[in-house]
Amino acid sequence: MNHYLKQFGIWFAAVIVCIVLPLVFNSGFSRSMLSQMGIAVIFALSYNMLLGQGGMLSFGHAVYYGLGGFLAMHALNWVGDGWPLPLELVPLMGGLGGVVAGLIFGWLSTDRAGTTFALISLGIGELIAASALMLPSFFGGEEGISANRMVDTTLTGFRFGQQIEVYYLIVAWMLVCIALMYLQTKTPLGRVANAVRDNPERAAFIGYNARVVRTLQFTLAAFFAGIAGGLFAINYEIITTETVGAIPSGNVLMMTYIGGVGHFFGPILGAALVTLMQLTLAGITHAWLLYFGLLFVGMVLWAPGGLAGLIMMHEPVWKAGLMSRLLRAYAIIAVPALVLFLGLMTLIEINYHLSLSVNPDEPLSLFGISFKAQSPAAWIVSLALIGIGFFFFRKGQRVVRRSWNEVAQQMKGAAIQ
Amino acid sequence: MLEYVLFSLLNSLVLGMLLFMLSSGLTLIFSMMGVLNFAHASFYMLGAYFGYQISTWIGFWPALVIAPLLVGGLGALVERYGLRSLHKYGHVAELLFTVGLFYIIEESVNLIWGRNAVMYPIPTILDFPIFKLLGAEVSAYRMFMLLISMAMFVGLYLVLTRTRIGLIIQAALTHPDGVNALGHNVPAVFMLVFGGGSALAGLAGVIGGIFLITEPAMAATLGPIVFVVIVVGGMGSLTGAFVASLLLAAIQTFAVGIEYSLTDILALFGWQVDTSGFFRDIWRIQLSHTGPILPYLFMVLMLMFRPKGLMGKRES
Repeated sequence: MNHYLKQFGIWFAAVIVCIVLPLVFNSGFSRSMLSQMGIAVIFALSYNMLLGQGGMLSFGHAVYYGLGGFLAMHALNWVGDGWPLPLELVPLMGGLGGVVAGLIFGWLSTDRAGTTFALISLGIGELIAASALMLPSFFGGEEGISANRMVDTTLTGFRFGQQIEVYYLIVAWMLVCIALMYLQTKTPLGRVANAVRDNPERAAFIGYNARVVRTLQFTLAAFFAGIAGGLFAINYEIITTETVGAIPSGNVLMMTYIGGVGHFFGPILGAALVTLMQLTLAGITHAWLLYFGLLFVGMVLWAPGGLAGLIMMHEPVWKAGLMSRLLRAYAIIAVPALVLFLGLMTLIEINYHLSLSVNPDEPLSLFGISFKAQSPAAWIVSLALIGIGFFFFRKGQRVVRRSWNEVAQQMKGAAIQ
Repeated sequence: MLEYVLFSLLNSLVLGMLLFMLSSGLTLIFSMMGVLNFAHASFYMLGAYFGYQISTWIGFWPALVIAPLLVGGLGALVERYGLRSLHKYGHVAELLFTVGLFYIIEESVNLIWGRNAVMYPIPTILDFPIFKLLGAEVSAYRMFMLLISMAMFVGLYLVLTRTRIGLIIQAALTHPDGVNALGHNVPAVFMLVFGGGSALAGLAGVIGGIFLITEPAMAATLGPIVFVVIVVGGMGSLTGAFVASLLLAAIQTFAVGIEYSLTDILALFGWQVDTSGFFRDIWRIQLSHTGPILPYLFMVLMLMFRPKGLMGKRES
C-alpha cells in the first residue's frame, strides 16, 4: 500500500487537484480555461504518442482532432434528433473518426519516419484543411457545424448546460485517457514503438515490421486525438474548418515540445502551461505570439528536454539531498535573468505600442509606470536593462555551472562510497 | 481556347520561375544539410519587406541588390549561431528550431511593419505594357521577373558547375559525408549555402512582393507550396526543382480556368450520377475550385509512390 502511494501518490494528488480546481477558481473565464486545458492535455498526450514514443514528427495531427470533432458534432446532431447514444459517450464517436482517418492516412504516411514523414503529414494536413471548404456537407463551409449539447439522452442525468458540468465530463475523459495512454506505453506495442523510434533497422532485424508498428501507433494516437476533438465539439458546440488546419497542429507541437517529449507527463505540463499562456497573455499584451516563439526557440536551443526534462534533471539531486546548493546558485542567477527579461519585454512592448496600437502617441503603461513610447528615456532604459542583465547573466551562468559540477562530484563521490 | 492556353502558359511560366527562385535555395539547403528550413518562406517575406523599405528610402534598383544581401547575411547568422549548435541533436531539433524562427520572424514583421499589407508598387520605369498577345497586353514587369529568374538560374548553374566552390557544393549535395572526409571545410560551406539560399529567397521576395501582395501572411501562404516543390522535384536535384516549380505553377494556373466537375466528365460518357447523398460534394465540385488542394494531392501521391521525387538523387 505504501509502495503504491509513493509511486502514484502524485497522480492521486493531481486527481484531487483536478476535482477541486473549478471550485477554487469559480469565474466563468477560469472554468472555461480549465476545460480547454483538459482537452489540450488529451490532445498533447496523443501527439506525444507519435513524437516522443514513436519518433514521428507530424505537422498535421490536428486533422484527426478536427475530423473526430466533426464526426462527433454530426453525432451530437443525430443524438438531438433521437439517436440513442448518451452524451457522455459522444467523444467515442470522435475517437472513431480519428481511428478511421488515422488508419488510412497513417498507412499512407508511415513508410519512412523522419523528415519524409513530417512532409507527408504537412501535405495531408494542408490537403484536408483546403478540401474542408470544398466539402460543405460534412464540414459546413465557412460557418462550420454546430449542435446543442443539452440533449435528453445522458448516462448521468446532468443537463450539461453549465460549464462546470462540461468540465467534469472533460476531466473524467482526461483521466481515463491518461490512464489508457500510460498503460499503452507499457504494452508490447508501446515498447516496440520505442524500439522502432530508436533504431528501425534493428527492430526489423528482430522481426517487427516497422511500418506496421508505426501505423498501429499512429492509429492509436489518432484515436485519442479524435476523443479530444469530440470533447472540443461538446465544449464549444461549434466546430469550423480552422480546427483541422495548421494552427492547432502547430499549437499541439509547441505544447508537447515545451512540456517535454522524453517523459510521459511532459505534454500534460506543456498543454496546461501553453493554454494558460495563450488565454491570459493574449489579454495582457499584443506580443504574446512573439514571446511564445522566443520561448519555443529558447527551449529548442537550451532545453531540448522541455520542462519535464528540466524537472527530471533535478531528480537525482533531490534524492541526494543536495538541492539547496543548486537553489542558491539559481537564486543568484535569477536576478540578472529577471532584469534581462524586463529589458527585452519593455523593448518589445514599446515597439508593439508604436506600430500596432490605435494611437501611438498615447502613453504606454507598464507595471503602473506610464510613459510615452517614443521618449528616448524609455529606449535607453530598456537597452540599459538588457545590457546590464545580459552581462550579469553570463557571470551567473558560471556560478550555476560551478554549482552543478560540485553537486555532480558529490553524487559521484557518494556513489563510489 | 488558344487565348486561355497561351495566357495560362505565360502566367505559369512567370509564377513557376518565381517558385523556382524560392525553392532552389531550399533544395540546396535541404539536400546538403538535411535541414528542412521551415523559415525559408519567412526569408522570402523578409526580402519583400526589406525591398519595400529600401525602395521607399533609396529606390528600387539599390533594393534589388541590397535586400537579398541583407537576407543572406541574416541567414548566415542563423546558421552560425542557431543551427550549428543543433546539429548534434538531429534533424528534428533543427526542424523545430526553424519552426520557432518562422513564428518569430512573422511576429517581428508584424511588429515593425504592422499587420496590413504594404504598398509595394511596380517601379514606374517598368510599369508599361510591353507587347500585345492576341489582343491583350502583357506587362513589362512580368517580363522583367522572367528575366531576373532566368538570369538567376543561369548564374546558379554557372556557379555550381564552373567554380571550385560550386563543385564542392555539388558533391556535398549527394555525398556530404564523403566531402567532409576529404577535408573540405564543410561547416563553412554549410554557412555559405544557407546564406546563399536565403539570399535567393530574399531576391524572390524583392520582385515577388511586387507581383503578389506584400503582407505578414505571405510566408504562411507560400511556404507549404515550396515544400511541395522540393518534395516533388526530388532531393539533391536543382533541375528537379525547376521542373517541379513549372509543373506545379502550370497545374494551379490551368486548373483555375477549367469549370468541369466529375459529374460533367461522366456525363460526356453518358453516365448519369445521383448527386445527392453523402458524397455529393465530391461529384459536384468543379476543377476550378480544387486549385488549392492540387499541389498537396500531387505531393502526397508522389511521396507514396516515388519518395525520391521526379529527379531526386537521394531518398533522405
